[in-house]
Amino acid sequence: GPLSARPLMEVRLGELHTWISTCNFSPQGLLGAAQRAFSSYCAKYIHVKQGGPAGISMLLAGYCLLSYGWNYQHFSKNSLDSLI
Amino acid sequence: VLHTTRPLHTTQQSLAPVPPLPEKGGEVRHGLIPEEFFQFLYPKTGVTGPYMLGTGLLLYLLSKEIYVVNHETAAAACILTVIIYGIKKFGPDVAAFADKLNEEKMATAMAMKNESIQTLQTAIEQEKKEQWRAEGHSFLFNAKRNNIAMLLEANYRERLLMVYNEVKKRLDYQVAMQNLKRQKEQDHMIQWVEKNVVQSITPQQQKESIAKCILDLKALSKTAHAAV
Repeated sequence: GPLSARPLMEVRLGELHTWISTCNFSPQGLLGAAQRAFSSYCAKYIHVKQGGPAGISMLLAGYCLLSYGWNYQHFSKNSLDSLI
Repeated sequence: VLHTTRPLHTTQQSLAPVPPLPEKGGEVRHGLIPEEFFQFLYPKTGVTGPYMLGTGLLLYLLSKEIYVVNHETAAAACILTVIIYGIKKFGPDVAAFADKLNEEKMATAMAMKNESIQTLQTAIEQEKKEQWRAEGHSFLFNAKRNNIAMLLEANYRERLLMVYNEVKKRLDYQVAMQNLKRQKEQDHMIQWVEKNVVQSITPQQQKESIAKCILDLKALSKTAHAAV
């Protein structure tokens, strides 16, 4: 299909630049993109007949990484090179 | 205002029946990394590529102290061990339990569906039977009509008989009256004639007739004596 209507996974690396230019960066557009991403994740890993631990464990791992990133300042204060 | 010319159901899409859920979710390796990542790196680096990438990344983060090792690291390690042990041990049991719950839900839904299908089919059969019965109504009405016609006929004939009897009685009465009158006239006439005849026999005639009778008797006795 056309470049602007393709999801991110089907865009090649060379076309990434043009694809980002066709994106809709208004609040509604971003909200819609977030909703679509979450619903596609749910449909793939959670709304299945025989899901495993993968569905929520990936969400928890992402949460861990995100919270580590937000608290990096605090962690690095107690590290070996604590000049920060 | 209903727009009767507006077409309905122009697309093939419909909300029911809902397509069934897929059997298995997306493949995930070690519970954390989706299989697409490994397939993405396979053409360039083969099978060990992502693992080498992971090890290198880990060592880089540790050595550059982007990931700081503190007391929470130990806590995280213990928690992860317990979680993985729990999942490995109790996973299949929980999965079987959830499957059983699902099966029960499906069974009740299917039972309801089958039951309603059954009731509708019995309703269809009964409807067909009623239609068959309705065909036989014409016979019933014919029989009833015949019955009523027979009743009317019987009533008519009964009344006809009654009329005949009454008329016959009246005519018999008239006939009997005439007969009686003629009889009475006859009797009366006979009596009258007898009375007059008896009256007309005068004494003179009586004596003459008696003398004649005696003469006749004498003559007869003479002939009888002669015969003997």
